[in-house]
Amino acid sequence: MKRLLARTWGWLDGRIGLSALIGPSLRHLIPVDARWWYVFGSATLVAFIVQVATGVALAFAYVPSAGQAFDTLRFITNGTPFGNFLRGMHYFGASAMVLMVGAHMVQTFLFGAYKYPREMNWTTGVLLMAFTLVMGFTGQLLRWDQTAAWSVIVAAEQLGRVPLIGGWLAQLTFGGTTLGGATLSRFFVVHVFVMPGLIFLFIGLHLWLVLRHGVSEPPVPGQPVEEATYTKIYEEKLKRTGVPFWPDGAWRDVVFGTALVIVIAVLARFLGPPPVDKPPDPSVLQANPRPDWYLLWYFAVLALIPPRIEGVVMIAAPVLIGGFLFLAPILANQGERHWSRRPWSVGFVILGLATVGSLWLEGARSPWSPNFEAKPLSAATVASKLPPVVAGAQLFYSKACLNCHLIDGFGGRRGPDLTRVGDRLTRADMIIRIMNGGTNMPAFGNDLLPAEVDDLVAFLQSRRIGAEPAGRSVESSARTTPISLPGGRRGNN
Amino acid sequence: MNAEPPGDCPGCGAPQPAVPDQGARLGRRAFLERLSVGLVAACAAIVGVPIIGFVVAPLFKRPPETWRTVGRTGDFEVGKTVSVTFEDSSPLPWAGVTARAAAWLQRRSEADFVAFSVNCTHLGCPVRWMPEAKLFLCPCHGGVYYADGEVAAGPPPRPLFRYDVRVWNGLVQVKSAPIPIATGL
Repeated sequence: MKRLLARTWGWLDGRIGLSALIGPSLRHLIPVDARWWYVFGSATLVAFIVQVATGVALAFAYVPSAGQAFDTLRFITNGTPFGNFLRGMHYFGASAMVLMVGAHMVQTFLFGAYKYPREMNWTTGVLLMAFTLVMGFTGQLLRWDQTAAWSVIVAAEQLGRVPLIGGWLAQLTFGGTTLGGATLSRFFVVHVFVMPGLIFLFIGLHLWLVLRHGVSEPPVPGQPVEEATYTKIYEEKLKRTGVPFWPDGAWRDVVFGTALVIVIAVLARFLGPPPVDKPPDPSVLQANPRPDWYLLWYFAVLALIPPRIEGVVMIAAPVLIGGFLFLAPILANQGERHWSRRPWSVGFVILGLATVGSLWLEGARSPWSPNFEAKPLSAATVASKLPPVVAGAQLFYSKACLNCHLIDGFGGRRGPDLTRVGDRLTRADMIIRIMNGGTNMPAFGNDLLPAEVDDLVAFLQSRRIGAEPAGRSVESSARTTPISLPGGRRGNN
Repeated sequence: MNAEPPGDCPGCGAPQPAVPDQGARLGRRAFLERLSVGLVAACAAIVGVPIIGFVVAPLFKRPPETWRTVGRTGDFEVGKTVSVTFEDSSPLPWAGVTARAAAWLQRRSEADFVAFSVNCTHLGCPVRWMPEAKLFLCPCHGGVYYADGEVAAGPPPRPLFRYDVRVWNGLVQVKSAPIPIATGL
C-alpha cells in the first residue's frame, strides 16, 4: 500500500513537477539564529488562510442584499450548525490578522529588516497592512446591522472632506446619494473580491521577495548594512551556518500558527462573534455607532482633534503616516540595524504604540459622547430635602446636564465632574456659565426661566463637602448676581 | 525565413546588428511585439471601459428629490420637535429598511415647519433631540446643536442641514434628498 502510494506520488510529481517547483523554496537556507521573533509573518498568513476558509464558508449562506443581509446574518448565527462558531472564527481571525500584521511590522522595523536589499519587502508589507485594515472595516460593514449602516455614512462623510473630489468619493461609497440597495453590494465586492485578490497578489510578491533576498539575520550592534558588501557577507554567512527553512525554521512557524488557530477557535467558541444587534434602519435614531476594536483608536482621533484643523488632519494624517512608512526604507536603507543603535526608530515605535494605545483606551471610554442612559438622580444622591435643591436636581436631569456631567459617578463624562462643584464655583460663576455656556457647553440662557436657574444653582451649590454655610439662602444670592445674556447667540425660543 | 535587405527599421531603436539577416528579423519582432502589446491594450480597453463606467455610474445620476408625506398638519403640535420617517430619495426594490430616512420635524407656528437632517454635520451620526433641554445631541463625537440647528458645542463644522418642507392639502411633506455630505476641509 505504502509502495503504491509512493509510486502514484512519484508518477504525479513527475508530470506536475511540484517538488521541483517548491522543493528549493522549502529548503532555502535561513540564518540559524532566526528563531521565535520570526514567526509573526507566517502567523499573519495563517490568520489570512483562516479568513479565506471561514469567509468562503459564510458566503454559502450570506446574501449581500441591503434588505436581506441582516436576516441572513441572523440565520447564519442562530439557524445553522457551526454558523455562530464560523462567524466567531472569522471575527477573531480578523483580530488575529490585524494583531499579527502589527507585531510583524514592529519586529521587522526594530530588527532593521527593511534595510537594503529588503526595501520592497517592507513596502509591500505596508500595503498589505493597509489592505488588512480595509478588510477589517468592510468586514464590519457586512454585518449590516445598525452600526454598519451608520459606519457607512461616517465613512462617506470623511471621504467627502477630501478636497475637490470628496463629493464623488462619498457618492461612490454609497453607490448613489443615500444609503440603500446599492451600498452593500459595493462593500461586498470590495471585501470578497477586490481586496482578497489584491492581498493574494501582494502576499505572492511579498513571499517571492523573502525568497529572493533571504530571511534577514538577527542584527548585531556594530555591523551596519552597506549596499556594496551586504549581499556577499549575508550569503557567505548563510553558506557557513545557514539551515534549511524546512524543517529547521518552519517548525516554529507551524507551532506558533497552530497556537494561533487554537486561540482563535477557543475565543470563537466561548466568546462568540459580535451579537447581531439591530437592523440597519437609518430612521431609527436610538443609535450609538462604534467601530470594531481595531479602529476604535481612529474613532477617538475623530473626536479629539481640534475641529478647526480636523479636515486637514483627517486627510493629511493618513497621507503623512503612509508616506513615512513608505519612505522609511528609502530614507534609511543602510547603516546600523540593531535597535540599540537606532534610538529614533525605537522612539517612533514607542510613540506609535503609546499613541494608538492611549487613543484606543479613550475610544473605548469615549468620554466625549453624552451618556444617553443617564437616569434621574436618586434621593440618596441628591441628599437634600430643600425644595430648590430637589427641583434643581430634577432640572439637572431634564435639561440634559446629566448627559454630560457626573454627579457621584452618575451621568456623562463629556464635561467636568460636578460632584463637588459647590466647593469650586461661586453662584455668580455658575450662573454665568449656565447662561452663556462655554467651551463645549451649550448656552442655556434662552431656555431657562430665572426660577429654574435659581433651582439649578441651588442644587449645584449643594454639591460640596460638608453642609452649606448658614445664612446664604438660595434666593438672596441668586438675585444679587446679574444674569448675563448669552453672547454671540441669537435666541429663537 | 528569407533574408530581407536591411532597410529602415522605424521605431526599432536598437543598434544596427552586424548580420543583415538578424536585423530584418529584429524589425519583424519589434513589429510583432508592438502588435501584441497594442492588441492586449485594446482588449483591456474593450473590457475595462464598460466596467469602469458601470462602477462609477452613480456619479452621473442626477440626485433625485421627491416630496414625501410625513403626516397631517394636525399630527404636529406647535413648538414641538419630533422625528418623522419617510422613504429616502432613491429607494431600490431590494433596499429593505435601508430605504428609510428620518428627519427632525419642528412646527414653529401654524404654518411654519422646519425639517432638520438627522445627520450630524461632523461625520453623519444620528443626532437625538432632547425635548426638555431643547438640544440635539450626537452620540458619536459629542456634537451638540440648539433647537434652531446652530452648533452649540463639539466638533460639527456647520449647523444641521435642512430638508425642504411644505404643507400640501393638509399634509406635511418633506422633500427627501441625498444624505448631506459636508465637503471640503
